[in-house]
Amino acid sequence: MELGPYILLASLEGAVSAAVLALTAVGLSLVFGVMRVVNIAHGEFFMLGAVIAWFVAQSLGGHPAIGFTAALIVAPLLVGAIAVVADLAILKRIAYDPERTIVATIGLLYIIQQVTLMTYGPEARPVEAPFNQRIALPWFEFGDNGLEFYYPWGLSTTSYKLAVIAAAATVLAGVWLLMTRSRAGLLMRATQADRDMALAFGIPVERVYALVFGFGAALAALGAVLVVPIQQAHYLMGADPLLLSFIVVIIGGLGSLPGTLVAAILIGLSDGIISVFFSPTLAKILATLLVGLVLVFRPQGLFGTRAA
Amino acid sequence: MTNGQRIIGLHLGLLVVLFALQFLLPAYHHGNMARIMVLASYAIGYNILFGYTGLLSLGHALFFAAGMYGLSLTIQHAGFTPAPALLAGVIAGIMVSAGLAFLALRTTGVAFMIVTLMFAQAGYLTILYFAEYTRGDEGFVIQAGQRLLWGIDLSDPTNRYFAAFTLFALCLLASLALVRSPFGRTLVAIRENEERVTMLGYNTFAHKLAAMVISGTLSAAAGATYGLLFGYAGASFASVQYSIFPLLWVLLGGAGTVLGPFIGTLFMFYLIDLSSGITTAYMLIAGVTLVLLTLFAPQGLIGELRRRVWRWLP
Repeated sequence: MELGPYILLASLEGAVSAAVLALTAVGLSLVFGVMRVVNIAHGEFFMLGAVIAWFVAQSLGGHPAIGFTAALIVAPLLVGAIAVVADLAILKRIAYDPERTIVATIGLLYIIQQVTLMTYGPEARPVEAPFNQRIALPWFEFGDNGLEFYYPWGLSTTSYKLAVIAAAATVLAGVWLLMTRSRAGLLMRATQADRDMALAFGIPVERVYALVFGFGAALAALGAVLVVPIQQAHYLMGADPLLLSFIVVIIGGLGSLPGTLVAAILIGLSDGIISVFFSPTLAKILATLLVGLVLVFRPQGLFGTRAA
Repeated sequence: MTNGQRIIGLHLGLLVVLFALQFLLPAYHHGNMARIMVLASYAIGYNILFGYTGLLSLGHALFFAAGMYGLSLTIQHAGFTPAPALLAGVIAGIMVSAGLAFLALRTTGVAFMIVTLMFAQAGYLTILYFAEYTRGDEGFVIQAGQRLLWGIDLSDPTNRYFAAFTLFALCLLASLALVRSPFGRTLVAIRENEERVTMLGYNTFAHKLAAMVISGTLSAAAGATYGLLFGYAGASFASVQYSIFPLLWVLLGGAGTVLGPFIGTLFMFYLIDLSSGITTAYMLIAGVTLVLLTLFAPQGLIGELRRRVWRWLP
C-alpha cells in the first residue's frame, strides 16, 4: 500500500478510538467539572461496562443483535448504579475531599479490578457485533488516463466501526443538549459554578453529585459496550482508557466539555496515526510527558480557562 | 523520663529487637523480614514527602526504579562492583528527584499528584522502550558473583538480613533526626499552613525541593539495595503499583509518624502474603484497605496510637 491510503486507514481507526475516547473522557470531565474530584477508578467503570456486556450477550444468546442491544441498555445502567452506590458509601462520607478521594478511588480501582478477576477470570473474551459488513474504500490516483479510482488491497473498514462513530456522536450531542437545555443540566451547571450558592438555593447538591458520578461512569460503560466487539473484554483493559481520558481532559481544559471533545478527537486521531508509524510505547511516552508538561506550564489546559 | 529519652529509647529498642530477630526467625520469615526492612526504608522516604511535608506523590516508583536501575544497569553493562553501583543508584535518585521536583513543585494539590503520576508513567514506559538494555517487563537477574560487597556475599541470607537492617537503621535514624530538627519542623509547618510559613519569611519552595530530594534519595537507596540484595531488576518495580504501595504502607502505619512506615509495611506485607495463599486477586486486600483507611482511620495505626495513648510519639 502507498502512503496515502495508509494514512486514510490510520485515521479511520483513529476516528473509532476518538469516538469511544470522547465518551469516556466526557464522563471523567463531567465528574471533575461538577464535583471537583478526580476519579482514578474511571477506567475500571469502562472495563466493567465491557465485562457486563459480555455477560449479557452470553446469557441471552440468539442473534448477536439481541444480546448487543440488551447490553447497550443494561451495562451503562448497572455501572451507573454501582457508581452511585460507591459515591454514597465512600465519597460522600469523606466529604469529597480532593486528595482523600484520589486515595479512595485508587482503592476502588483495585476492588473492581480484582473482583472482576475473581468472577470473570483472566481471559479476554469478545462480544459479537450486531452487524459487520466489510466496506472496501476507493482511493484515487493521477495516472496516464487522468484521475482514476481503484480499491487498494487492505483499505477497508466495517459498517460496525462507522456505526460506532455515529452512535458516539449522537450520544455526545445528547449530553450537550442535556447540559445546556434541560433542568437537570441547569442544576449541574449551578452546582459546578458555586456549590454553596446552589445549596442555598435549595438544590440537592449531594443528590446531584451522586447522579453526576453515576452518569460519568455510565458514559464510560457505554463507550466500552460500543468498543467491545472490536476489542475484547479483559479485566485489565481499564488502564489505557483511564490514561487517555486523563490526557484528553487535561489537554482540553479541566471541566470544559467542548475542550474535552476537541482534545478527544485530536488525541484519538493522532494516537491512531502515530501508532502506525512509530512504536506505540514511544507514542505513549510522548503523550504522558505532554500531559505532565501541560499541567506544569499551562494548568488551565490548552483550551480551558480555569486552573486545576 | 523526658519525652526525648522515651523517643530515643523506643526507636533504638525497635532496632535492637530487629537485630535480635535475625537469630530467632525461621528461614521463611527471616527472608521476609529482610524484604520488609528494605521496603520500609522506601516507605520512610515516601513519608518524608507525604507525611511530613504534605505533598502526595503518585510517582515514587520513579525514584525507587532510578535507584534500582542506576545500580543494576551499571553492574550489568558497565561492569561496576556493588559499592560504586550503589552510589550510582543513589546519584540517579538524586538527579531524577531534583529534576521532577523542579517541574512538579510548580503545581499543588491534585495537579501535583497527576504530574508525578504522569512522569513516573513516562519513566516506566521508557524502561519498556529500551528493552534491549533493561529486558523490559521480564527484567534481568544480577548474578550472585556480581553481588560481593567488599568481599561480603549478599546472596547469603544472614548477610542479606544484616545489609537490609543497616539500610533500615540508617533511614529510620535519619528520618527521626530530620523530623526533630528545625528543618523538619518547618516542613510540618508547610504541611499545616504553607501561606503562613511564607509570610514568616521562609523559602517554602527551597524547603519542599529539599524534602522531595531527600525523599527521592532514600527511595532510590532502597531501590538500589533491593536490586542488590535480591538480585533482580524488572520494569514492574517502576509501575504505578509500586507508587501506590508506599502510599498504602504509610497510610496504614500512620502518615507523619516515624514508626508508621515500618509498621504499615509489616502489616501489609503479611496481609498480602497470607491472602495470596488463598486467591490470586491479592490486590483486592490493598484496595479494601485503602478505602477503609480513608473512611475510618485517616491517621493510620501509629497515628491512632499517638492520638489516643502516646501523645509524645514523633
